[in-house]
Amino acid sequence: MKPAAFEYYAPVSVEEALDLLDQLGYDGKILAGGQSLIPAMNFRMAQPHALVDLNRVKELFYIKSAPDGSLLIGAMTRDVTVEFDKMVAERLPVVTETMPLVGYYQNRTRGTYGGNLAHADPTGQLPTISVALGARAHIRSKTGERWVEMDDFYLGPFTTILEPQEMLVEVAYPALPPRSAASFKEFTRQVGATPMVGVAVLVTLDDKNRFKNAKIAYLGVGEKPYAATECVKVLLGQEATAEAIRAAAETAAQKDVDPGTDIHGTADYRRNLVNVLTRKALTQAVQSAKK
Amino acid sequence: MSKKVDIKVTVNGKLYERSVEPRMLLSDFIRHELGLTGTHTGCEHGVCGTCTVWFDGEPVRSCLMFAVQADGHEVHTVESLGTPDNLHPLQQAFMEKHALQCGFCTPGMLMTFAHFIQRHPNPTDEEIREAMAGNLCRCTGYENIVEAVKLAAQRMAGK
Repeated sequence: MKPAAFEYYAPVSVEEALDLLDQLGYDGKILAGGQSLIPAMNFRMAQPHALVDLNRVKELFYIKSAPDGSLLIGAMTRDVTVEFDKMVAERLPVVTETMPLVGYYQNRTRGTYGGNLAHADPTGQLPTISVALGARAHIRSKTGERWVEMDDFYLGPFTTILEPQEMLVEVAYPALPPRSAASFKEFTRQVGATPMVGVAVLVTLDDKNRFKNAKIAYLGVGEKPYAATECVKVLLGQEATAEAIRAAAETAAQKDVDPGTDIHGTADYRRNLVNVLTRKALTQAVQSAKK
Repeated sequence: MSKKVDIKVTVNGKLYERSVEPRMLLSDFIRHELGLTGTHTGCEHGVCGTCTVWFDGEPVRSCLMFAVQADGHEVHTVESLGTPDNLHPLQQAFMEKHALQCGFCTPGMLMTFAHFIQRHPNPTDEEIREAMAGNLCRCTGYENIVEAVKLAAQRMAGK
């Protein structure tokens, strides 16, 4: 239960960190909050040759508003900072409401927002919410930068499009259109445990309370955050009634997801969770969007 | 073995200078280098919570940090709460309410709840249980811990 030896680097700027990642290549591993990496190292499931610790890179700790109304979160912003931030609560209440579900308080004091996203845990709440909210990742390397939709950021379990020399520096949440609201629902057998299934929804209603836009993403039904399409088709243009929501939730469970069976639950059980959670999340989001 | 790094860490108000391997966990640093064995190590992967200390005033799992990361920072361990002659109100309440049996989880419980009471001076049972989710106790069944936290909070609020 002790980590294997590694080389340790503690850069104080993004430039310096990117230089190090460039030199180290596949030998380098970023250390953010360490709430997932260090357990893996303690078990020696992970034995990185070198760690590039970002905890002294002050420029990566921030929450701010962009001129276009987006909300920008620096990669090293602590989870507790996001949890209690007033601007986040105002603009993205779904994030504020979900943060208490991410690990425990003593993990969130150290854990970081960007670390959570880049860790790409297939049962992670924040990746799924970020996909539903249409967030974009700002990625930098020594030689350049790119912006990637969170939808395209995930490749599989614990795998993202990040190259070894690249770093996630920021995530940007676009301002929600009027009459929009998001909601997240999950099911766990034990409070604070890994969710079996979770769903994040974002809905926009028109002035006649019809679904103008919807985005629905799942965790726990595949290897990465999964954005559903069939249930969205069922919703669009429909009046936001309980019947429309029920039909969409049924469609999600029957057509969109293809969950597996494991020791925690059968595929049928997971489909049922998808149905119930989708209905609850849509109902709550519609209620908030009408306000 | 990788190269040792010189660090300066303030623990319970006292400055310590040591030379450590980067792979040394903060929990092991506190116990083995500083001899402060009040901080316990249980699961060493961030689940049990018994290694909870305050890092720059916030409760963290000391098994999920490296000692090198504490360079220039401030750590408080359970030894900072009270002394046998002058217990912290939370320690006193744990004793009175039988909130411990074997005592293995106790340092983590105390560090978690001493911070929790600062944030929630008048906590509900639900808030206490929610806050306790990150600390495991295999003896008490938790009920007496909830009682102790309530009693300590009342006394600290001067009720």
